Amino acid sequence: MQIVLYLVYLVASVLFIFGIKKLGSPKTARQGNQLASLGMFLAIVVTLLDHRVLTFEWIIIGLVIGSAIGVIMALKVEMTGMPQMVGLLNGFGGGASALVALAEYYNLLSHHNVVNQVAGVGGPEVSTLVTIILSILIGSITFMGSFIAFGKLQGFVTGAVVKYPGQHAINALLILLVLGGGVLFVMDFAQPELVLGIVGVSLILGVLLVLPIGGADMPVAVSLLNSYSGIAASMTGFVLNNNMLIIAGALVGASGIILTLIMCRGMNRSLMNVLLGGWDSAGSGGTGESSGSTPQGDVKSVDSEELAMIFDAASSVIIIPGYGMAVAQAQHAVRDLTNILEKKGIQVRFAIHPVAGRMPGHMNVLLAEAQVSYDKLFALEDINDDFNNTDVAFIVGANDVVNPAARHDKSSPIYGMPILNADYAKTVIMNKRSMNAGYAGIQNEIFYYPNTLMYFGDAKDAISKLNNELKEL
Amino acid sequence: MELLMLIYVFVLAIFVGFELITKVPPTLHTPLMSGSNAISGITVVGAILSAGMEDFTISTILGVIAIVFATINVVGGFVVTDRMLKMFKKR
Repeated sequence: MQIVLYLVYLVASVLFIFGIKKLGSPKTARQGNQLASLGMFLAIVVTLLDHRVLTFEWIIIGLVIGSAIGVIMALKVEMTGMPQMVGLLNGFGGGASALVALAEYYNLLSHHNVVNQVAGVGGPEVSTLVTIILSILIGSITFMGSFIAFGKLQGFVTGAVVKYPGQHAINALLILLVLGGGVLFVMDFAQPELVLGIVGVSLILGVLLVLPIGGADMPVAVSLLNSYSGIAASMTGFVLNNNMLIIAGALVGASGIILTLIMCRGMNRSLMNVLLGGWDSAGSGGTGESSGSTPQGDVKSVDSEELAMIFDAASSVIIIPGYGMAVAQAQHAVRDLTNILEKKGIQVRFAIHPVAGRMPGHMNVLLAEAQVSYDKLFALEDINDDFNNTDVAFIVGANDVVNPAARHDKSSPIYGMPILNADYAKTVIMNKRSMNAGYAGIQNEIFYYPNTLMYFGDAKDAISKLNNELKEL
Repeated sequence: MELLMLIYVFVLAIFVGFELITKVPPTLHTPLMSGSNAISGITVVGAILSAGMEDFTISTILGVIAIVFATINVVGGFVVTDRMLKMFKKR
Protein backbone atom coordinates (compact mmCIF):
# COMPACT_ATOMS: atom_id res chain seq x y z
CA MET A 1 0.00 0.00 0.00
CA GLN A 2 2.83 2.43 0.86
CA ILE A 3 4.23 1.90 -2.64
CA VAL A 4 0.93 3.06 -4.17
CA LEU A 5 1.07 6.10 -1.92
CA TYR A 6 4.53 7.04 -3.12
CA LEU A 7 3.63 6.42 -6.75
CA VAL A 8 0.66 8.78 -6.45
CA TYR A 9 2.97 11.35 -4.83
CA LEU A 10 5.19 10.98 -7.88
CA VAL A 11 2.21 11.57 -10.16
CA ALA A 12 1.32 14.67 -8.12
CA SER A 13 4.88 15.99 -8.41
CA VAL A 14 4.79 15.50 -12.19
CA LEU A 15 1.43 17.30 -12.35
CA PHE A 16 2.91 20.26 -10.46
CA ILE A 17 5.79 20.44 -12.93
CA PHE A 18 3.47 20.17 -15.94
CA GLY A 19 1.14 22.71 -14.40
CA ILE A 20 3.90 25.30 -14.08
CA LYS A 21 5.16 24.45 -17.56
CA LYS A 22 1.72 25.19 -19.00
CA LEU A 23 1.73 28.56 -17.21
CA GLY A 24 4.31 29.49 -19.86
CA SER A 25 1.60 30.65 -22.28
CA PRO A 26 -1.70 32.46 -21.71
CA LYS A 27 -3.40 29.87 -23.95
CA THR A 28 -2.56 26.90 -21.75
CA ALA A 29 -2.15 28.63 -18.39
CA ARG A 30 -5.63 27.90 -17.09
CA GLN A 31 -5.24 24.23 -17.90
CA GLY A 32 -1.86 24.28 -16.14
CA ASN A 33 -3.41 25.63 -12.97
CA GLN A 34 -6.06 22.91 -13.16
CA LEU A 35 -3.40 20.22 -13.56
CA ALA A 36 -1.60 21.49 -10.48
CA SER A 37 -4.90 21.52 -8.54
CA LEU A 38 -5.52 17.93 -9.65
CA GLY A 39 -2.06 16.98 -8.38
CA MET A 40 -2.85 18.56 -5.04
CA PHE A 41 -6.22 16.80 -4.87
CA LEU A 42 -4.63 13.39 -5.57
CA ALA A 43 -1.92 14.02 -2.97
CA ILE A 44 -4.50 14.88 -0.30
CA VAL A 45 -6.81 11.94 -1.09
CA VAL A 46 -4.04 9.37 -1.10
CA THR A 47 -2.66 10.76 2.18
CA LEU A 48 -6.06 10.24 3.77
CA LEU A 49 -5.71 6.56 2.83
CA ASP A 50 -2.28 6.33 4.48
CA HIS A 51 -2.26 3.61 7.18
CA ARG A 52 -0.87 6.12 9.69
CA VAL A 53 -4.06 8.16 9.45
CA LEU A 54 -6.44 6.64 11.95
CA THR A 55 -8.91 9.33 12.90
CA PHE A 56 -10.67 11.53 10.41
CA GLU A 57 -12.99 13.91 12.22
CA TRP A 58 -10.36 16.55 12.95
CA ILE A 59 -8.91 16.30 9.49
CA ILE A 60 -12.31 16.77 7.86
CA ILE A 61 -13.09 19.73 10.12
CA GLY A 62 -9.76 21.35 9.22
CA LEU A 63 -10.18 20.75 5.51
CA VAL A 64 -13.74 22.12 5.50
CA ILE A 65 -12.86 25.27 7.46
CA GLY A 66 -9.74 25.93 5.38
CA SER A 67 -11.55 25.38 2.07
CA ALA A 68 -14.43 27.65 3.06
CA ILE A 69 -12.11 30.49 4.08
CA GLY A 70 -9.97 29.97 0.98
CA VAL A 71 -12.90 30.03 -1.44
CA ILE A 72 -14.45 33.10 0.15
CA MET A 73 -11.16 34.99 0.08
CA ALA A 74 -10.47 33.99 -3.51
CA LEU A 75 -13.90 35.01 -4.79
CA LYS A 76 -14.18 38.25 -2.83
CA VAL A 77 -10.77 39.78 -3.46
CA GLU A 78 -10.57 42.57 -6.01
CA MET A 79 -7.88 42.44 -8.65
CA THR A 80 -6.29 45.60 -7.25
CA GLY A 81 -5.97 43.75 -3.92
CA MET A 82 -4.14 40.77 -5.39
CA PRO A 83 -0.76 41.60 -3.77
CA GLN A 84 -2.39 41.56 -0.32
CA MET A 85 -4.13 38.29 -1.12
CA VAL A 86 -0.91 36.61 -2.26
CA GLY A 87 0.84 38.03 0.80
CA LEU A 88 -1.76 36.49 3.11
CA LEU A 89 -1.66 33.13 1.35
CA ASN A 90 2.14 33.05 1.66
CA GLY A 91 1.75 33.61 5.36
CA PHE A 92 -0.69 30.74 5.78
CA GLY A 93 1.57 28.40 3.78
CA GLY A 94 4.64 29.31 5.82
CA GLY A 95 2.70 29.06 9.07
CA ALA A 96 1.43 25.60 8.12
CA SER A 97 4.97 24.38 7.42
CA ALA A 98 6.21 25.62 10.78
CA LEU A 99 3.24 24.02 12.57
CA VAL A 100 3.81 20.66 10.86
CA ALA A 101 7.47 20.71 11.89
CA LEU A 102 6.45 21.58 15.44
CA ALA A 103 3.84 18.80 15.50
CA GLU A 104 6.44 16.36 14.23
CA TYR A 105 8.76 17.51 16.99
CA TYR A 106 6.19 16.78 19.72
CA ASN A 107 5.62 13.45 18.05
CA LEU A 108 9.29 12.57 18.25
CA LEU A 109 9.41 13.82 21.81
CA SER A 110 6.56 11.63 23.08
CA HIS A 111 7.89 8.67 21.14
CA HIS A 112 11.33 9.31 22.60
CA ASN A 113 9.98 9.47 26.15
CA VAL A 114 8.28 6.11 25.70
CA VAL A 115 11.30 4.50 24.07
CA ASN A 116 13.57 5.93 26.74
CA GLN A 117 11.60 4.35 29.50
CA VAL A 118 11.78 0.97 27.76
CA ALA A 119 15.28 0.83 26.35
CA GLY A 120 17.07 3.91 27.58
CA VAL A 121 18.57 4.67 24.15
CA GLY A 122 17.68 6.16 20.81
CA GLY A 123 16.74 9.53 19.44
CA PRO A 124 16.08 11.09 16.06
CA GLU A 125 18.81 11.74 13.54
CA VAL A 126 20.70 15.02 13.49
CA SER A 127 19.42 15.80 9.99
CA THR A 128 15.82 15.51 11.18
CA LEU A 129 16.49 17.89 14.05
CA VAL A 130 18.27 20.41 11.84
CA THR A 131 15.46 20.44 9.30
CA ILE A 132 12.85 20.76 12.05
CA ILE A 133 14.57 23.93 13.23
CA LEU A 134 14.98 25.27 9.69
CA SER A 135 11.36 24.56 8.91
CA ILE A 136 10.23 26.31 12.09
CA LEU A 137 12.56 29.27 11.49
CA ILE A 138 11.69 29.86 7.83
CA GLY A 139 8.01 29.05 8.29
CA SER A 140 7.62 31.44 11.24
CA ILE A 141 9.47 34.26 9.47
CA THR A 142 7.23 33.74 6.43
CA PHE A 143 4.13 33.73 8.62
CA MET A 144 4.76 36.96 10.51
CA GLY A 145 6.59 38.66 7.63
CA SER A 146 3.65 38.05 5.32
CA PHE A 147 1.17 39.52 7.75
CA ILE A 148 3.30 42.64 8.10
CA ALA A 149 3.55 42.84 4.30
CA PHE A 150 -0.22 42.44 4.11
CA GLY A 151 -0.65 45.21 6.68
CA LYS A 152 1.63 47.54 4.75
CA LEU A 153 -0.20 46.93 1.47
CA GLN A 154 -3.58 47.28 3.12
CA GLY A 155 -2.46 50.40 4.94
CA PHE A 156 -2.87 49.46 8.61
CA VAL A 157 0.87 49.03 9.12
CA THR A 158 2.90 52.07 8.14
CA GLY A 159 4.08 51.94 4.55
CA ALA A 160 7.08 54.07 5.44
CA VAL A 161 10.62 52.80 5.60
CA VAL A 162 10.95 52.04 9.31
CA LYS A 163 14.36 52.68 10.79
CA TYR A 164 15.52 52.72 14.36
CA PRO A 165 18.92 52.81 16.03
CA GLY A 166 20.67 49.48 16.38
CA GLN A 167 18.32 47.86 13.86
CA HIS A 168 20.92 45.67 12.20
CA ALA A 169 22.54 44.79 15.51
CA ILE A 170 19.19 43.65 16.90
CA ASN A 171 18.44 41.53 13.84
CA ALA A 172 21.93 40.00 13.92
CA LEU A 173 21.51 39.26 17.61
CA LEU A 174 18.18 37.53 17.04
CA ILE A 175 19.61 35.44 14.21
CA LEU A 176 22.52 34.42 16.44
CA LEU A 177 20.03 33.55 19.15
CA VAL A 178 18.16 31.22 16.80
CA LEU A 179 21.38 29.64 15.55
CA GLY A 180 22.68 29.15 19.10
CA GLY A 181 19.34 27.74 20.17
CA GLY A 182 19.43 25.43 17.17
CA VAL A 183 22.83 24.05 18.13
CA LEU A 184 21.70 23.43 21.73
CA PHE A 185 18.59 21.76 20.36
CA VAL A 186 20.53 19.37 18.13
CA MET A 187 22.75 18.41 21.09
CA ASP A 188 19.75 17.63 23.27
CA PHE A 189 16.39 17.74 21.58
CA ALA A 190 14.25 16.91 24.61
CA GLN A 191 13.81 20.60 25.53
CA PRO A 192 10.41 21.82 24.42
CA GLU A 193 10.96 25.23 26.08
CA LEU A 194 13.96 25.78 23.82
CA VAL A 195 11.89 24.96 20.73
CA LEU A 196 9.13 27.34 21.79
CA GLY A 197 11.81 29.99 22.39
CA ILE A 198 13.06 29.49 18.85
CA VAL A 199 9.49 29.80 17.54
CA GLY A 200 9.09 33.08 19.43
CA VAL A 201 12.34 34.60 18.22
CA SER A 202 11.59 33.50 14.63
CA LEU A 203 8.19 35.20 14.77
CA ILE A 204 9.80 38.42 16.01
CA LEU A 205 12.39 38.16 13.25
CA GLY A 206 9.58 37.90 10.72
CA VAL A 207 8.19 41.23 11.91
CA LEU A 208 11.53 43.01 12.12
CA LEU A 209 12.78 41.83 8.73
CA VAL A 210 9.75 43.11 6.81
CA LEU A 211 9.02 46.27 8.84
CA PRO A 212 11.92 48.32 7.40
CA ILE A 213 10.86 47.66 3.80
CA GLY A 214 8.99 50.58 2.23
CA GLY A 215 5.37 50.14 1.13
CA ALA A 216 6.17 50.55 -2.55
CA ASP A 217 8.89 47.89 -2.25
CA MET A 218 6.36 45.35 -0.99
CA PRO A 219 6.29 43.53 -4.37
CA VAL A 220 9.86 42.47 -3.74
CA ALA A 221 9.06 41.46 -0.17
CA VAL A 222 6.00 39.47 -1.25
CA SER A 223 7.99 37.67 -3.97
CA LEU A 224 10.71 36.84 -1.51
CA LEU A 225 8.22 35.59 1.09
CA ASN A 226 6.68 33.48 -1.67
CA SER A 227 10.08 31.89 -2.10
CA TYR A 228 10.44 31.38 1.66
CA SER A 229 7.07 29.64 1.87
CA GLY A 230 8.31 27.18 -0.77
CA ILE A 231 11.60 26.58 1.02
CA ALA A 232 9.73 26.06 4.29
CA ALA A 233 7.61 23.39 2.57
CA SER A 234 10.79 21.74 1.27
CA MET A 235 12.30 21.69 4.75
CA THR A 236 9.13 20.07 6.06
CA GLY A 237 9.63 17.50 3.31
CA PHE A 238 13.08 16.76 4.75
CA VAL A 239 11.58 16.37 8.21
CA LEU A 240 8.96 13.93 6.95
CA ASN A 241 11.23 12.19 4.39
CA ASN A 242 8.76 13.15 1.70
CA ASN A 243 10.07 13.77 -1.82
CA MET A 244 6.86 15.32 -3.08
CA LEU A 245 7.00 18.09 -0.48
CA ILE A 246 10.64 18.69 -1.35
CA ILE A 247 9.92 18.93 -5.08
CA ALA A 248 6.84 21.13 -4.74
CA GLY A 249 8.60 23.39 -2.26
CA ALA A 250 11.70 23.69 -4.43
CA LEU A 251 9.60 24.71 -7.46
CA VAL A 252 7.95 27.47 -5.46
CA GLY A 253 11.24 28.50 -3.89
CA ALA A 254 12.80 28.90 -7.34
CA SER A 255 9.78 30.79 -8.65
CA GLY A 256 9.85 33.28 -5.79
CA ILE A 257 13.56 33.92 -6.15
CA ILE A 258 13.29 34.54 -9.90
CA LEU A 259 10.42 37.00 -9.47
CA THR A 260 12.32 38.75 -6.67
CA LEU A 261 15.36 39.21 -8.89
CA ILE A 262 13.24 40.43 -11.82
CA MET A 263 11.67 43.07 -9.59
CA CYS A 264 15.06 44.16 -8.23
CA ARG A 265 16.50 44.40 -11.74
CA GLY A 266 13.45 46.45 -12.79
CA MET A 267 14.40 48.99 -10.13
CA ASN A 268 18.15 48.65 -10.62
CA ARG A 269 18.61 47.91 -6.96
CA SER A 270 20.25 45.08 -5.12
CA LEU A 271 18.13 42.78 -3.02
CA MET A 272 20.07 43.95 0.03
CA ASN A 273 19.21 47.57 -0.68
CA VAL A 274 15.50 46.73 -0.81
CA LEU A 275 15.60 44.58 2.32
CA LEU A 276 17.47 47.17 4.32
CA GLY A 277 14.95 49.86 3.50
CA GLY A 278 14.42 51.78 0.38
CA TRP A 279 15.52 54.61 -1.78
CA ASP A 280 16.91 56.93 0.78
CA SER A 281 19.76 54.59 1.60
CA ALA A 282 20.60 54.35 -2.10
CA GLY A 283 23.55 55.94 -3.83
CA SER A 284 24.01 59.62 -3.28
CA GLY A 285 22.09 59.66 -0.02
CA GLY A 286 19.74 62.29 1.27
CA THR A 287 16.02 62.16 0.72
CA GLY A 288 14.83 62.00 -2.88
CA GLU A 289 13.74 65.63 -2.98
CA SER A 290 17.27 67.00 -2.84
CA SER A 291 19.14 64.46 -4.92
CA GLY A 292 19.37 64.60 -8.68
CA SER A 293 19.37 67.81 -10.64
CA THR A 294 16.03 69.57 -10.66
CA PRO A 295 14.76 69.87 -14.20
CA GLN A 296 13.66 73.25 -15.43
CA GLY A 297 11.75 74.72 -18.31
CA ASP A 298 8.23 75.27 -19.47
CA VAL A 299 5.44 72.81 -19.03
CA LYS A 300 2.82 72.71 -21.75
CA SER A 301 -0.62 71.45 -20.89
CA VAL A 302 -3.37 70.32 -23.19
CA ASP A 303 -7.15 70.04 -22.90
CA SER A 304 -9.33 67.15 -23.93
CA GLU A 305 -10.49 68.69 -27.21
CA GLU A 306 -6.99 69.43 -28.41
CA LEU A 307 -5.80 66.03 -27.22
CA ALA A 308 -8.55 64.24 -29.13
CA MET A 309 -7.27 65.86 -32.32
CA ILE A 310 -3.71 64.76 -31.62
CA PHE A 311 -4.90 61.18 -31.11
CA ASP A 312 -7.07 61.37 -34.20
CA ALA A 313 -4.08 62.36 -36.33
CA ALA A 314 -1.85 59.58 -34.98
CA SER A 315 -1.39 56.22 -36.59
CA SER A 316 0.34 54.46 -33.68
CA VAL A 317 -0.14 54.84 -29.94
CA ILE A 318 1.62 53.19 -27.02
CA ILE A 319 -0.10 53.42 -23.64
CA ILE A 320 2.08 53.22 -20.54
CA PRO A 321 -0.03 52.30 -17.52
CA GLY A 322 1.18 52.66 -13.95
CA TYR A 323 -0.27 51.95 -10.56
CA GLY A 324 -1.93 55.38 -10.62
CA MET A 325 -4.28 54.02 -13.29
CA ALA A 326 -5.41 51.29 -10.92
CA VAL A 327 -5.80 53.72 -8.02
CA ALA A 328 -8.04 55.91 -10.17
CA GLN A 329 -9.92 52.80 -11.40
CA ALA A 330 -9.29 54.02 -14.93
CA GLN A 331 -8.71 50.61 -16.54
CA HIS A 332 -12.13 50.52 -18.17
CA ALA A 333 -11.82 54.06 -19.52
CA VAL A 334 -8.43 53.08 -20.95
CA ARG A 335 -10.01 50.01 -22.56
CA ASP A 336 -12.71 52.19 -24.13
CA LEU A 337 -10.04 54.54 -25.44
CA THR A 338 -8.26 51.56 -26.99
CA ASN A 339 -11.44 50.43 -28.72
CA ILE A 340 -12.24 53.91 -30.05
CA LEU A 341 -8.73 54.38 -31.42
CA GLU A 342 -8.69 50.94 -33.02
CA LYS A 343 -11.99 51.64 -34.72
CA LYS A 344 -10.27 54.63 -36.31
CA GLY A 345 -7.56 52.29 -37.59
CA ILE A 346 -4.95 53.46 -35.10
CA GLN A 347 -2.55 50.84 -33.75
CA VAL A 348 -2.67 50.68 -29.94
CA ARG A 349 -0.24 48.76 -27.75
CA PHE A 350 0.58 48.75 -24.05
CA ALA A 351 4.11 48.99 -22.66
CA ILE A 352 4.39 47.50 -19.20
CA HIS A 353 7.38 48.14 -17.01
CA PRO A 354 8.49 45.20 -14.84
CA VAL A 355 7.75 47.12 -11.63
CA ALA A 356 4.48 48.75 -12.72
CA GLY A 357 1.77 47.87 -10.23
CA ARG A 358 2.17 46.40 -6.79
CA MET A 359 3.40 42.93 -7.70
CA PRO A 360 5.03 41.25 -10.71
CA GLY A 361 2.51 41.17 -13.57
CA HIS A 362 -0.11 43.09 -11.59
CA MET A 363 -0.82 45.59 -14.37
CA ASN A 364 -1.44 42.77 -16.84
CA VAL A 365 -4.07 41.23 -14.58
CA LEU A 366 -5.80 44.59 -14.12
CA LEU A 367 -5.89 45.18 -17.89
CA ALA A 368 -7.03 41.61 -18.53
CA GLU A 369 -9.87 42.23 -16.08
CA ALA A 370 -10.80 45.33 -18.10
CA GLN A 371 -10.94 43.04 -21.15
CA VAL A 372 -7.84 44.26 -22.90
CA SER A 373 -6.51 41.50 -25.16
CA TYR A 374 -3.28 40.04 -23.74
CA ASP A 375 -1.49 40.17 -27.10
CA LYS A 376 -1.54 43.98 -26.87
CA LEU A 377 0.50 43.94 -23.64
CA PHE A 378 4.25 44.19 -24.20
CA ALA A 379 7.15 43.85 -21.81
CA LEU A 380 9.82 46.57 -21.70
CA GLU A 381 12.42 44.75 -23.78
CA ASP A 382 9.88 43.83 -26.45
CA ILE A 383 8.59 47.33 -27.13
CA ASN A 384 11.28 49.79 -26.10
CA ASP A 385 12.81 50.04 -29.58
CA ASP A 386 9.44 50.90 -31.10
CA PHE A 387 8.95 54.25 -29.37
CA ASN A 388 11.16 55.90 -32.03
CA ASN A 389 8.53 55.35 -34.70
CA THR A 390 5.46 55.85 -32.53
CA ASP A 391 3.29 58.93 -32.82
CA VAL A 392 1.90 59.13 -29.30
CA ALA A 393 3.14 57.72 -26.01
CA PHE A 394 0.30 58.07 -23.51
CA ILE A 395 1.41 57.78 -19.89
CA VAL A 396 -1.36 57.02 -17.39
CA GLY A 397 -0.49 56.89 -13.72
CA ALA A 398 3.17 56.02 -14.27
CA ASN A 399 6.04 58.36 -13.46
CA ASP A 400 9.49 57.16 -12.40
CA VAL A 401 9.50 54.36 -14.99
CA VAL A 402 9.55 56.94 -17.82
CA ASN A 403 12.00 59.41 -16.27
CA PRO A 404 14.85 59.87 -18.76
CA ALA A 405 17.13 60.94 -15.89
CA ALA A 406 17.61 57.22 -15.29
CA ARG A 407 19.59 57.14 -18.55
CA HIS A 408 21.95 60.09 -18.12
CA ASP A 409 21.78 61.79 -14.71
CA LYS A 410 24.32 60.05 -12.50
CA SER A 411 23.20 62.02 -9.44
CA SER A 412 19.61 60.78 -9.71
CA PRO A 413 18.57 58.04 -7.28
CA ILE A 414 17.00 56.14 -10.14
CA TYR A 415 20.08 56.37 -12.37
CA GLY A 416 20.62 53.05 -14.16
CA MET A 417 17.07 51.84 -13.72
CA PRO A 418 15.69 50.44 -16.98
CA ILE A 419 13.00 52.83 -18.23
CA LEU A 420 10.44 52.86 -21.00
CA ASN A 421 11.67 55.19 -23.75
CA ALA A 422 8.44 57.18 -23.88
CA ASP A 423 10.36 60.40 -24.63
CA TYR A 424 11.47 58.96 -27.99
CA ALA A 425 7.90 59.05 -29.28
CA LYS A 426 6.88 62.02 -31.47
CA THR A 427 4.45 63.27 -28.83
CA VAL A 428 4.38 62.33 -25.17
CA ILE A 429 1.10 62.80 -23.30
CA MET A 430 1.36 62.60 -19.55
CA ASN A 431 -1.89 62.22 -17.63
CA LYS A 432 -1.42 63.24 -14.03
CA ARG A 433 -3.41 64.92 -11.34
CA SER A 434 -0.67 67.42 -10.51
CA MET A 435 3.02 68.08 -10.93
CA ASN A 436 3.86 66.02 -7.85
CA ALA A 437 6.91 63.81 -7.85
CA GLY A 438 6.67 60.03 -8.22
CA TYR A 439 7.29 57.42 -5.61
CA ALA A 440 11.06 57.93 -5.74
CA GLY A 441 10.44 61.54 -4.65
CA ILE A 442 12.12 63.09 -7.66
CA GLN A 443 10.83 65.47 -10.28
CA ASN A 444 10.46 63.92 -13.69
CA GLU A 445 12.32 65.85 -16.40
CA ILE A 446 10.10 64.38 -19.10
CA PHE A 447 7.43 66.94 -18.03
CA TYR A 448 9.64 69.70 -19.41
CA TYR A 449 10.56 68.07 -22.71
CA PRO A 450 9.53 70.00 -25.84
CA ASN A 451 7.55 67.01 -27.15
CA THR A 452 5.67 66.49 -23.87
CA LEU A 453 2.13 67.67 -23.22
CA MET A 454 0.64 67.43 -19.74
CA TYR A 455 -2.99 66.35 -19.55
CA PHE A 456 -4.05 67.17 -16.01
CA GLY A 457 -6.92 65.47 -14.21
CA ASP A 458 -8.03 62.32 -12.47
CA ALA A 459 -7.24 59.48 -14.86
CA LYS A 460 -10.77 58.08 -15.00
CA ASP A 461 -12.53 61.42 -15.58
CA ALA A 462 -9.86 62.80 -17.89
CA ILE A 463 -9.80 59.74 -20.14
CA SER A 464 -13.61 59.50 -20.23
CA LYS A 465 -13.68 63.14 -21.34
CA LEU A 466 -11.09 62.37 -23.99
CA ASN A 467 -13.17 59.41 -25.17
CA ASN A 468 -16.24 61.61 -25.59
CA GLU A 469 -14.27 64.16 -27.60
CA LEU A 470 -12.86 61.40 -29.80
CA LYS A 471 -16.32 59.99 -30.48
CA GLU A 472 -17.46 63.38 -31.72
CA LEU A 473 -14.63 63.75 -34.21
CA MET B 1 22.14 7.82 2.59
CA GLU B 2 18.48 8.65 2.67
CA LEU B 3 19.30 12.26 3.49
CA LEU B 4 21.60 12.37 0.50
CA MET B 5 18.80 11.18 -1.79
CA LEU B 6 16.53 13.91 -0.43
CA ILE B 7 19.20 16.52 -1.07
CA TYR B 8 19.58 15.21 -4.65
CA VAL B 9 15.87 15.59 -5.21
CA PHE B 10 15.86 19.07 -3.70
CA VAL B 11 18.73 20.37 -5.83
CA LEU B 12 17.42 18.84 -9.06
CA ALA B 13 13.93 20.20 -8.40
CA ILE B 14 15.35 23.69 -7.96
CA PHE B 15 16.97 23.41 -11.39
CA VAL B 16 13.70 22.21 -12.93
CA GLY B 17 11.97 25.16 -11.24
CA PHE B 18 14.44 27.69 -12.65
CA GLU B 19 14.12 26.23 -16.16
CA LEU B 20 10.32 26.29 -16.07
CA ILE B 21 9.82 29.64 -14.46
CA THR B 22 12.25 31.65 -16.58
CA LYS B 23 9.98 30.68 -19.52
CA VAL B 24 6.84 32.17 -17.98
CA PRO B 25 6.14 35.53 -19.70
CA PRO B 26 5.89 38.68 -17.51
CA THR B 27 2.20 38.94 -18.41
CA LEU B 28 1.52 35.85 -16.31
CA HIS B 29 3.73 36.64 -13.35
CA THR B 30 0.86 37.40 -10.97
CA PRO B 31 -1.01 34.13 -11.68
CA LEU B 32 2.34 32.32 -11.55
CA MET B 33 2.88 33.68 -8.08
CA SER B 34 -0.57 32.85 -6.76
CA GLY B 35 -0.56 29.43 -8.45
CA SER B 36 2.87 28.42 -7.21
CA ASN B 37 1.81 29.79 -3.86
CA ALA B 38 -1.04 27.29 -3.83
CA ILE B 39 1.44 24.50 -4.56
CA SER B 40 3.48 25.46 -1.49
CA GLY B 41 0.38 24.52 0.52
CA ILE B 42 1.48 20.93 -0.13
CA THR B 43 2.50 20.78 3.54
CA VAL B 44 -1.19 19.98 4.05
CA VAL B 45 -0.07 16.39 3.49
CA GLY B 46 2.22 16.55 6.53
CA ALA B 47 -0.52 18.28 8.49
CA ILE B 48 -2.96 15.46 7.74
CA LEU B 49 -0.49 12.90 9.04
CA SER B 50 -0.08 14.89 12.28
CA ALA B 51 -3.79 15.43 12.81
CA GLY B 52 -4.82 11.87 12.00
CA MET B 53 -2.93 10.01 14.68
CA GLU B 54 -4.86 7.74 16.98
CA ASP B 55 -4.24 9.58 20.24
CA PHE B 56 -5.30 13.15 20.74
CA THR B 57 -2.10 15.00 21.63
CA ILE B 58 -0.58 18.42 21.19
CA SER B 59 0.53 17.22 17.74
CA THR B 60 -3.12 16.71 16.80
CA ILE B 61 -3.97 20.30 17.71
CA LEU B 62 -0.97 21.69 15.83
CA GLY B 63 -1.83 19.43 12.90
CA VAL B 64 -5.42 20.63 12.70
CA ILE B 65 -4.40 24.30 12.75
CA ALA B 66 -1.82 23.47 10.08
CA ILE B 67 -4.53 21.81 7.97
CA VAL B 68 -6.68 24.94 8.18
CA PHE B 69 -3.76 27.21 7.22
CA ALA B 70 -2.52 24.98 4.42
CA THR B 71 -6.01 24.45 2.98
CA ILE B 72 -6.64 28.21 2.90
CA ASN B 73 -3.36 28.47 1.01
CA VAL B 74 -4.18 25.65 -1.42
CA VAL B 75 -7.85 26.36 -2.12
CA GLY B 76 -7.55 30.15 -2.03
CA GLY B 77 -4.48 30.04 -4.27
CA PHE B 78 -5.89 27.76 -6.94
CA VAL B 79 -9.31 29.43 -7.05
CA VAL B 80 -7.97 32.97 -7.30
CA THR B 81 -5.47 31.90 -9.96
CA ASP B 82 -8.25 30.34 -11.99
CA ARG B 83 -10.29 33.51 -11.60
CA MET B 84 -7.41 35.55 -13.01
CA LEU B 85 -6.50 33.20 -15.84
CA LYS B 86 -10.11 33.14 -17.02
CA MET B 87 -9.73 36.84 -17.82
CA PHE B 88 -6.64 36.45 -20.01
CA LYS B 89 -8.17 36.36 -23.46
CA LYS B 90 -7.17 37.28 -26.94
CA ARG B 91 -9.89 39.47 -28.31
